[in-house]
Amino acid sequence: MGAGHAHRLYRHGHSPVHALPPHTKLAAAFAFVVVVVSTPREAMWAFGLYAVLLGVVARLARVPAGFLLKRLLIEVPFVAFAVLMPFVAEGERVDVLGLSLSVNGLWGAWNVLAKGTLGVAASVLLASTTELRELLLGLQRLKLPPLLVQIASFMIRYGDVITDEMRRMRIARESRGFEARGVRHWGVLAKSAGALFIRSYERGERVHLAMVSRGYAGSMPVIDEVTADRSQWSYALMLPSAALVVCLLGWTL
Amino acid sequence: MHVPDGFINAPVSAAAGVVAAGVVAVSLRGARRELDERTAPLAGLVAAFIFAVQMLNFPVAAGTSGHLLGGALAAILVGPFTGVLCVSVVLLMQGILFADGGLTALGVNITDMAIVTTVVGYAVFRGLVKVLPRGRRSVTVASFVAALLSVPAAAVCFTLIYAVGGTTDVSIGKVATAMIGVHVLIGIGEAAITGLTVGAVIAVRPDLVYGARGLEQKLKLRVNGELVDAPPSRPAPVAARTSRRTLWITGLVTSLVLAGFVSFYASSNPDGLMKVAHDKGLDSRAQKHASDGSPLAGYGVRDVADAGLSKGLAGVIGVGVTVVAGSTVFWVVRRRRTADASPVGTGV
Repeated sequence: MGAGHAHRLYRHGHSPVHALPPHTKLAAAFAFVVVVVSTPREAMWAFGLYAVLLGVVARLARVPAGFLLKRLLIEVPFVAFAVLMPFVAEGERVDVLGLSLSVNGLWGAWNVLAKGTLGVAASVLLASTTELRELLLGLQRLKLPPLLVQIASFMIRYGDVITDEMRRMRIARESRGFEARGVRHWGVLAKSAGALFIRSYERGERVHLAMVSRGYAGSMPVIDEVTADRSQWSYALMLPSAALVVCLLGWTL
Repeated sequence: MHVPDGFINAPVSAAAGVVAAGVVAVSLRGARRELDERTAPLAGLVAAFIFAVQMLNFPVAAGTSGHLLGGALAAILVGPFTGVLCVSVVLLMQGILFADGGLTALGVNITDMAIVTTVVGYAVFRGLVKVLPRGRRSVTVASFVAALLSVPAAAVCFTLIYAVGGTTDVSIGKVATAMIGVHVLIGIGEAAITGLTVGAVIAVRPDLVYGARGLEQKLKLRVNGELVDAPPSRPAPVAARTSRRTLWITGLVTSLVLAGFVSFYASSNPDGLMKVAHDKGLDSRAQKHASDGSPLAGYGVRDVADAGLSKGLAGVIGVGVTVVAGSTVFWVVRRRRTADASPVGTGV
């Protein structure tokens, strides 16, 4: 497969993190997020340590900080919500810079912001060090139902095709002088969406026929089975175990 | 509305995860019934469609715009089970690849946005289709109402989850007011877009709309001035032995021949049909205007297009009905064949 087959969130590299089998990375990322979520919010220093841990992983994976931070922007709508929280929450209130804020709300906002950001950062690291095909293989290895994995792989494989089709339809609309300005133009856009559905569905039928003609009988052959030995597992699980230590410290201290 | 990590506490997230896994497992089984062995490619492509259509922006007024969530639309177009699967897969991929929605909150997100919207939307849709008179217009109206209710239902579900396991101390009343208030507004947009989109698909390929199955009319022949049912089962015994492609072509040719036959002998019939359809269309449209003001402008374009189409479409509808009848036979035969073959086919 050439470079064009990798998704644009993937960052090609040859680091030790890239080389790990995908299902170990998936398990590690998931366990890490679970540990983060179950940490008490009062232990602020623990979240700092988690961030340091992720920073070490990013360093090992040679993912530049700018790339990571740019991808964190997906959180922005949620940050806006968290910022509102101290103003609407209940409980005793404190005055900060002349604003009356709820103490509970401040804690809640901190909780959601810290845990949410760490979760997003973990997912971003996972997606930028794991190729798409590998990710799907890893999911299958982690006993996600094969049919679900197949659906996901078709979605990923044809997502760009369908998006491109939509873009071509937009260009066709615009080149005929159409510009959607308000509710009155929804009819046209909805007709485009309908046409897009018909095209996607018909493409699905063609894909199925092509698969049948190549011997498809309900399941995809796995030709590149992923395996992980003990050392790879322990290397991958270093992140959640370190996090677990921090979490336990957070509960006891 | 993607819930991030840490917003709902761990036990409730886990419980939602169990619910989501259970429903997805049931849907996997149900989707095989809806699409048989074509499930993987078709559901995958429909998931890609949902993913793409969520990026299609619908401008509301200067500056602001909305987009489709797609739960109700997926359920109506491809069936509830496949709909749940498609939206769940979209959410799964958004969570893992785009970090949109937390990994531990995946169960909450799937329960909330894939299951509740789809199930509520489809239940409302089915109920309305049963109550309303049969016809294309009622399917559109039913999709509108289904999508209208599905989005606030998801907001209610989110509020419930939040009431049980929310990590912040905002009063339930405030969360409920804010969530449901906003989502009623979003629901109106979703409803208009879903209704229009289903209408657009149904105008071109009614056979593709899962929710409109069973709407096709029985083919009638006018023999000596009397209407009799056309014999539908002519290609079936031959087809059982031939390949699918031959069967398909035979069915298509037969339907086309039948269609020509009908339009030749019953030249006055389409006019009558069209008139009734037109009257009914006008009728339900008038009701819509009286009951609901906001989508009026949106439906304007459609109505014009429909009126223009409806003048010239009599013959084409005849062919369409026949093709649908032919495909039904095709489908029944194939279903029987896949039922026979399935113990071998799905064992791998």
